[in-house]
Amino acid sequence: MQNKLIKLLRKDARLTNEELGIMLGISAKEIADEIEQLENNGIIKGYTAILDESKLEDTGVTAVIEVKVMPSVKYGYKSVAKIIARFPEVESVRLIAGDYDFSVTVKCPDLNSVGMFVADKISPIEGIVSISTHFIMGRYKELGREFDLDNDIRGVVSP
Amino acid sequence: MDYTRILSKKSQIMKPSGIRKFFDIAAGVPDIISLSVGEPDFDTPWLIRRDAIRVLEEGKTAYTSNAGLFPLRKAVSDYFKRTIHNEYNPENEIIITVGGSEAIDIAVRALVNPDDEVIVPQPCFVSYAPIVELTGGVAVTAATYAENEFKLTPEILKPLITPKTKAIILSYPSNPTGAVMRKHELEAIAEILRGTDIIIISDEIYSELTYGEPHVSIAELPGMKERTIVVNGFSKAFAMTGWRLGFCAAPAPISEQILKIHQYAIMCSPTISQHAAVVALNDCVNEVAEMVSEYDMRRRLVVESLNRIGLSCFTPEGAFYVFPSVKKSGLSSQEFCKCLINEKKVAVVPGDAFGECGDGFIRISYAYSIKHLTIAIKRIEEFINEI
Repeated sequence: MQNKLIKLLRKDARLTNEELGIMLGISAKEIADEIEQLENNGIIKGYTAILDESKLEDTGVTAVIEVKVMPSVKYGYKSVAKIIARFPEVESVRLIAGDYDFSVTVKCPDLNSVGMFVADKISPIEGIVSISTHFIMGRYKELGREFDLDNDIRGVVSP
Repeated sequence: MDYTRILSKKSQIMKPSGIRKFFDIAAGVPDIISLSVGEPDFDTPWLIRRDAIRVLEEGKTAYTSNAGLFPLRKAVSDYFKRTIHNEYNPENEIIITVGGSEAIDIAVRALVNPDDEVIVPQPCFVSYAPIVELTGGVAVTAATYAENEFKLTPEILKPLITPKTKAIILSYPSNPTGAVMRKHELEAIAEILRGTDIIIISDEIYSELTYGEPHVSIAELPGMKERTIVVNGFSKAFAMTGWRLGFCAAPAPISEQILKIHQYAIMCSPTISQHAAVVALNDCVNEVAEMVSEYDMRRRLVVESLNRIGLSCFTPEGAFYVFPSVKKSGLSSQEFCKCLINEKKVAVVPGDAFGECGDGFIRISYAYSIKHLTIAIKRIEEFINEI
């Protein structure tokens, strides 16, 4: 039940408790309780809108920064991650298995400010050994939602 | 040239499908929201598509045997054993067809002599009666009603049986009503047919899309296998409509006749589809379960919403259709659907496209995303409030 509920919410968190209850065959009250529990347990961290940023007037610049870290006793992965995550420009911080350690997404008003952010805020952090910055040029899918998806190839009416 | 003198009379008196007519009306309206599609909105599971690509890469594109690839017939045989607990010999009792539609067509052609009667419970899929009539038979309508959730009952069936009755085309889960016949209801029908020479063509194309209790085939009831042609296919369960692949199973003497017609009309079903279909039957249980669970949630939402806005409907237990009554609007099905398109740009199919007794109802498909369904139902609600 919990898995099904989570799946529905991941697709559309704005479904009402009534709608969710009907689809899952339980009452709206039970849905409300389930959701409250998921929130209290820290499983659901929040709700957000999925945006096609390219359609916003003030789109800004988003970059993915690959960060390589040399962890030490004093600066383990977690403490470096926490320092990075505290900057408001940072949208996500993920520990990665592979050639580098952190994948950091940042959103700034323009190219220049991304550069400044990397130079002034990321590079001085102790333990970081290399940084590689990539700018996002286009988006096709975010959080499971495909953009410009108008691909119902079926006819309007069929038997 | 006066073509009316030249063309076949049977073909000329055949009426075009009511769905086709409605398609022409709906297709001309820009930005229409449709709830009229009779096919899944899911992509064919990737495993199946990948296998088709492999088949193309390996160049396996020649004809198969007439009855179909043996590994596929074997997989179908296993499938029937698993689902309807009947054993069919893949050597001579199973034929791979071009969709369930072809299976129906050649099954009817293998059975019907001129003036033979074939009982067709309605509302039903559009092709049954025309196929019977093209074969020279007589389609006898068995009208079913909302009071019985559009199930065929002994009371409806019995009076229609005559010495000329050759067959009955049973189609549950039903397109367009979503009705399902459970074991005891099928048993009541089987009881009438046992000991007769009437053959049942059981179109079970929506069998996997049965909610709650699993699907039961009339062919698995005692004494019924020998008088039943089971038709099924890949279109609905595996979201493979465009692959055009179905199958039928029947006792060898029947299958042998059906195979002759298939062999002359079709040669063999599409080879690429056949290879990929082996993967569908053997390796896609989880994918199908996932789709069924999604349909089930939509079904609950749509039924609840329609009843709330005043389009009363029973809870269908199969397929992906709901068949609500629009009688309270005072409009006929046709009027209701035309006005709904004109005023709210929502396309649903008028119930009488599936037989006269479907008048006063509309077919709503829930093979759409929840978001799409919610928007469409909201528009239908506005429409009803404005009538």
